[in-house]
Amino acid sequence: MLVVEKVTVTINGIEVKVPKDYTVLMAAREAGIDIPTLCYLKDVNEIAACRVCVVEADVNGRPLRNLPASCVLKVEDGMNVRTNTPRVREAVKTNVELILANHNRECLTCQRNGTCELQKLCNELGIEDIPYEGEKRPQIVDAVSHSIVRDASKCILCGRCVSTCTKVQGIGILDFTKRGFETEVAPAFNHSMADVPCTYCGQCIQACPVAALREKTNIDDVWQAIDDPDKYVVVQTAPAVRASLGEEFGLPVGTRVTGKMVAALRRIGFNKVFDTNFSADLTIMEEGTELLGRVKNGGKLPMITSCSPGWIRYCEMYYPEFIDNLSTCKSPQQMFGAIAKSYWAKKAGIDPKKIVVVSVMPCTSKKTEAARPEMQVDGIRDVDISLTTRELGDMIKQARIDFLNLKDEKFDKVLGEYSGAGVIFGATGGVMEAALRTVADILTEKDLESIEYKAVRGIEGVKEASVTLPIDGVDTEIKVAVAHGTKNAAKVLDAVKSGEKDYHFIEVMACPGGCVHGGGQSHVSSKARLDVNPKVNRANALYEEDQSMEFRKSHKNPEIKKLYDDYLKEPNGHLSHKLLHTHYEKKEIYPLQNEEEFKELMEQLI
Amino acid sequence: MQKGLDLKAKENEFRELKEFIDSKRDTKGILMQTLHKAQEIFGYLPEEVQKFISIETGMPMAEIYGVATFYTQFTLTPKGEHTIGVCLGTACYVKNAQLVLDKLIKELGINVGETTEDGLFTLDATRCLGCCGLAPVMMIDDEVYGKLEPKDIPDILNKYRK
Repeated sequence: MLVVEKVTVTINGIEVKVPKDYTVLMAAREAGIDIPTLCYLKDVNEIAACRVCVVEADVNGRPLRNLPASCVLKVEDGMNVRTNTPRVREAVKTNVELILANHNRECLTCQRNGTCELQKLCNELGIEDIPYEGEKRPQIVDAVSHSIVRDASKCILCGRCVSTCTKVQGIGILDFTKRGFETEVAPAFNHSMADVPCTYCGQCIQACPVAALREKTNIDDVWQAIDDPDKYVVVQTAPAVRASLGEEFGLPVGTRVTGKMVAALRRIGFNKVFDTNFSADLTIMEEGTELLGRVKNGGKLPMITSCSPGWIRYCEMYYPEFIDNLSTCKSPQQMFGAIAKSYWAKKAGIDPKKIVVVSVMPCTSKKTEAARPEMQVDGIRDVDISLTTRELGDMIKQARIDFLNLKDEKFDKVLGEYSGAGVIFGATGGVMEAALRTVADILTEKDLESIEYKAVRGIEGVKEASVTLPIDGVDTEIKVAVAHGTKNAAKVLDAVKSGEKDYHFIEVMACPGGCVHGGGQSHVSSKARLDVNPKVNRANALYEEDQSMEFRKSHKNPEIKKLYDDYLKEPNGHLSHKLLHTHYEKKEIYPLQNEEEFKELMEQLI
Repeated sequence: MQKGLDLKAKENEFRELKEFIDSKRDTKGILMQTLHKAQEIFGYLPEEVQKFISIETGMPMAEIYGVATFYTQFTLTPKGEHTIGVCLGTACYVKNAQLVLDKLIKELGINVGETTEDGLFTLDATRCLGCCGLAPVMMIDDEVYGKLEPKDIPDILNKYRK
């Protein structure tokens, strides 16, 4: 057993025993004392930049110099900390006032009005006046990309996005540039977010305490479509949305609100309320068949999932050598659109050109995916508008719907029918588990009862498992891996590249935790994250829904069977390839205006 | 937008930079040294050079750009053949260094931080150069010129014009 050495510290007169590697900030929590923070993001950004968590302290009567920042101050035996003295209160207030002096305070019209951590802090500290008026960073809003808007006038230089992109995701699109008053968190060469090798995962938006990074909103486009009598507007909701939407209305993190969400969408005015889970089931049919084909026919292995558009961009830009390993399946969002505008349109007798497909996603990268040129069939776009969970929350509020008191309703028929396997797509490991449920049944030609593959669940960065299945009559060990967060994906790919590991099938999600923790989900403040783990709570909500479902395997979904019987005929067939599959290609990162010459030069130098 | 670097003409320079990076492969924290070396080779740090460093070291572009824009000794625009640094430290300033600088601005037709069109001179204003006894002082490359008066400027510049 590991015994952690403990030390005794006194905070505001309260004595606590804490492990000796604790910071004063963590120790204060044990003592029930709340120290304000702003740049602090546990385990990700602990850099003492904002000076909001400063305290007075002495060790055995010897006072520490100045006011140390409690987020990085390690506890010591005999340490005596005071967080509520005139000197501390004055310093914290002044520090926040200085931050506000160079902050674009258009709070009433700001996207983060109500969820802004700086706003909340000002309220708590009782800031009534900003005595320092001076020059401000000019407001230049970069809203060129489909997914992420950067507004430096609101940035408080806390560095949370920088640490998240660099340390959590292993990419490093944003960093501190220039110095002094001109300091700006920006991409290299101040490029637009549209021109940098960003996956648009939106984890930076989740990290941002203010609205310096936010999603590009498409709410007005949706209202316009709904108000247009010539349009038939159908909506699809990704599995993870139901596990987070309630948070927009004050419900605890991870409250499952499937029925209320459906009711709200209907009241907003969508003509049909469908579920991306339907096309998640469809994805399993296509992807599972593709995997079996590759295993049996000596195709490119390991096969890697293609549901996460952030991951797809990551692969295209940073690991192009794995493009042939990617499943050719479109993501469930895109499959849904393609089926809605073909099979379903025909069935419902509606001109596909009049159909507007709106998707509600836990994701900011889905906006860019929907706009990819190849995501169309015969000139008809698969998905017209992609919203985040937060945007749906905003729409429900704009429509003055009393969300919390809505009675549960059910999805509309046909494209709203789904299995438990479709629901768990939203959590890391879910796609793998759903695929195994179906592949195992097909190969054993049985309706297997043991369907919960717990080895691929949970928030461990990389998960591995193996299942023995009969392939052409021979028991074969199928080795799988699950990675979430691009940094973990890189680890798995490097191990495959070096030959250290070999797998048949790998699931990758760009966001840590999978879609439940996507860049489009409801904001959970840095402080709230100390008490709850959104990745765990929201995933639990999805596994709970899975257990409640009549069908828990994609191939058992009766509407999926019907879709194949009546229309697609067979998975990976001719029509499937036309509608549901696509191709990916290498994308140059930071392309130069003389890129060709640069490539020649690089070759010369080898 | 800045014109792209003539990459074909700079192959040897890139090779030199690559050799430098290769020689430091096992050392940590080599970004500063690499940027110094790159600036020594190319005179400045254009996007092509930073992209090259990013590929060779595996460091994100934003981090390289962040460091290159943080330190004033790095420049992202080409420098002239000769760099003029006029000291505006306290001693020089009270000895009318501003008048010397004004004369340079007039003679060269450029402002502080800029480079003449012929690429011959870059004009900088600096802090104390450490030879206050000679105030007002300026440096051209490694040469120090002391006890300056504005009227001395044209002759000094002509020495560099050949």
